[in-house]
Amino acid sequence: MDHPGQLVQYVLTGLSNGAIYALIGFGFAIIHNATGILNFAQGEFVMLGGMFTIFILSFLNLPLIPAIMLAIIFSTLVGILFERLAIRPLKNVKPLSLVIITIGASIFIRGAAMLIWGKDTHALPAFSGSNPLYVYGATIMPQHLWIFGITIMIIIANKLFFSYSILGKAMRACAYNAHAASLVGIDVKIMVLLSFMVSSAIGSMAGIIIAPLTMTSYDVGIMLGIKGFCAVIIGGMSSGLGTVLGGLLLGLLESLGAGYISASYKDAIAFIILLLILFIRPEGLFKQKATQRV
Amino acid sequence: MKRGLFSKVVFSFIFTMLFGLMAGTLVFAAPPVKIGALFSVSGPAAFLGEPERNTAQMVVDEINKTGGIKGRKLELVVIDTQGDPAKAVQGVNKLIKDNKVVAIIGPSTTGDSMAVIPVVEKAGIPLISCAAGIKITEPVKKWVFKTAQNDGLAVAKIYEYLNKQKISKIAILTVSDGFGSSGREQLAAHAKAFGIDIISNETYGPKDTDMTAQLTKIRAGGAQAIICWGTNPGPAVVARNVKQLGIKLPLFMSHGVSSKKFIELAGPAAEGIILPSGRVIVANQMPKTDYQKKALLSYVNGYKKVYKVEGDHFGGHAWDAMMLLTNAIEKAGDNPSAIRDQLEKTAKFAGIGGTFSYSAQDHAGLTKDAFVLVEIKNQNWKLVK
Repeated sequence: MDHPGQLVQYVLTGLSNGAIYALIGFGFAIIHNATGILNFAQGEFVMLGGMFTIFILSFLNLPLIPAIMLAIIFSTLVGILFERLAIRPLKNVKPLSLVIITIGASIFIRGAAMLIWGKDTHALPAFSGSNPLYVYGATIMPQHLWIFGITIMIIIANKLFFSYSILGKAMRACAYNAHAASLVGIDVKIMVLLSFMVSSAIGSMAGIIIAPLTMTSYDVGIMLGIKGFCAVIIGGMSSGLGTVLGGLLLGLLESLGAGYISASYKDAIAFIILLLILFIRPEGLFKQKATQRV
Repeated sequence: MKRGLFSKVVFSFIFTMLFGLMAGTLVFAAPPVKIGALFSVSGPAAFLGEPERNTAQMVVDEINKTGGIKGRKLELVVIDTQGDPAKAVQGVNKLIKDNKVVAIIGPSTTGDSMAVIPVVEKAGIPLISCAAGIKITEPVKKWVFKTAQNDGLAVAKIYEYLNKQKISKIAILTVSDGFGSSGREQLAAHAKAFGIDIISNETYGPKDTDMTAQLTKIRAGGAQAIICWGTNPGPAVVARNVKQLGIKLPLFMSHGVSSKKFIELAGPAAEGIILPSGRVIVANQMPKTDYQKKALLSYVNGYKKVYKVEGDHFGGHAWDAMMLLTNAIEKAGDNPSAIRDQLEKTAKFAGIGGTFSYSAQDHAGLTKDAFVLVEIKNQNWKLVK
C-alpha cells in the first residue's frame, strides 16, 4: 500500500520545515539570552524579510542577491528602531510588561505591512530553479538545499560568534549578569541593541529562504513565530544545538503526524508539544540543569 | 359679455400654459428610482465589494446617461458593510427606512447576506445577493434572489469532464474554511450521481504552507485525479507541491482560484491545471454562438474603459444583479412587490455569471452550464472545448 518513498518524503519535508523553525527559534534565543525578554515580534521579522525582498525585486528591479542583502539590512533597521523606540525607553519594567510590548509591536508591524503592501500573497522566485531532485524515491526542491545549507551556516557562525568573539562573549556576560557586566566595562545597552539586530537579521533570512517555497504575505509571521517559539522551548532557550534539535523534532513530528494521523492536527501537534514541554520539562528536552537560564 | 369671453380665453390660456409648465416641471423632476447596494467595499472581503460597487455604479451611470428608465433617473445608495454582518444589518435598515429604496443588490458575502435576509423578508423589499452560499436561496425565500453561482454547479462541471475522461477514482484536498467545507460537502454529495468514488479525502489549513504530507498520502492511495478546493494562496502551494513530488495525476482546482493571481503565485506549476470558471476570464475566446457573448464583451470592455483594469467575476455578479433589477423595474415600475414578481418571471437572461431563469422554486437561476472549464496554458486561460 505504502508508496516506497512515502516515509522518506515525510522525513525530508519535516526536516526542511524544522530547519526553518530552528532558525526562527534562534532569534528568540539570542534576544532572550542577552536581555531576558521573550520577543514575540520575532515572527514579524520573518515576514519582513520575505516582503522586503519581494518589494525590492519588483520596485527597484535589483537582481536577487543584492535584493536579499538590502532586505536583511532593512529588516535589521526595523529591529533597531523597535529596540530604540519600544524597548529601551522603558526602565525597570517587569519582564511580563516587556512581553506584552513585543506582542503589541508585532501587531503594529503586521498592520503597517498590511497597509503598505496590501493583503495579497506574493511569491519569490526560487534561488536555483524549481526542478525537483529525487532522493530514495522522495523528492525535494533545490530550495530545500538552500534552506539546509544556510541554516547550518548560521548555526556555525552563531556558535563561533558567541564562543570566541569578544562581542559574543560580552553579550553572554550581559545575559548572566547585566550589572556585573556593566561593572567590567561592557555597555549593556549596546549589547541589547546588538542582540535585536542579530535576531532580526536571522529572522529575516529565514523569511527570505522559505518565501520561494511557501510564499509570503503580511500575516505569515504569526504561525511561524509560534512554531519558532515552540522550537526554542523544546531546546531550552539555547542558542545552539538544543534549538536546532527542537526545530527539527517539531518539523518531523508535524510532518509524520500529518502523513500518518491527519493533516487537520498538524498545528495542534506543535501546541501539544509546547504545552507538554512547559508542564513536564520547562528547562527544555536537552538541558541537564536550569542554572543557565536567566 | 365680449370682454368676459376674452378674459376667459386669456385666463384659460394662461392657466393651460401654467399647468403645462407645471406638468412639464413635474415630469422633469420625477424623483429618481432609489436602489440600495450593500457591498463590503473595505475590510477583508474588499476584493469582492470593490469591483461590485464599481460595476453597479458604472451600470447606473450608463443608464442615466441614456435617459434613465422611462425618463426616470436611477440613484444608487451604496453602504459599506466591511464584511461585518452586524454592519450589514444596520445598513439594510438604513436603506429601507431612511433612503426608502425600492430594491437592494448585494451583500457581497454569504455571512452578510444571511444576516440581512430576515430584514428584507419582513420589510418586503427584493434583494439580489452577490454571494455564492447555497443557503441564501435554498430553501427559497420570497424576496431573496442571487447571482453568484452555487459551488455544486462547479462540482458537477468537473465531474461531467471526469466522466468523459473515464476517471472514476479521485482524491480531494480541501481547505478547512467555509469555502472548502462547502466544496467538500458538494464533492461528496454529487459523487454518486456521476459514479465517482472519492478514495482519498484530505484537508489543509487556510494558512498552511506545505501540503506535501497530504499529497504523499494521496499518491499512495491510488487515485486517478486530484481535486483541490480552496482560495489563494493554498491551491498555489498545492500546485507547487504536486510538481515537486513529481505527481503526474491530472490536477483540478475550484472556481475559487479563477483569477490571474493564482497563475502568478503558482508560476510554472500552474501549467495544465483545469478548473471550472465563469466565462468572464475567457470572454474573448467564447464562440460567437455563445448566448452570453454579447453581455460578456459589453461588461468586459465597459469596465476596462471606465476603471482601466480587467473586470472580474465579482463585478460580474453585481452587473447581473443590476441588469436583472433594472429590467424588472422597466417592466414593472418602482413598486417593490411588482419588482419581485417581475424578477421571478426572468427567463433566459444572458448575464455574466450565466444564463438566468428564475422561478417560484428557483431563486438562484443557473445550471452547471454557468461554468466553463478552462485549462492553464502558457500562463494564461484556455477554454476547454
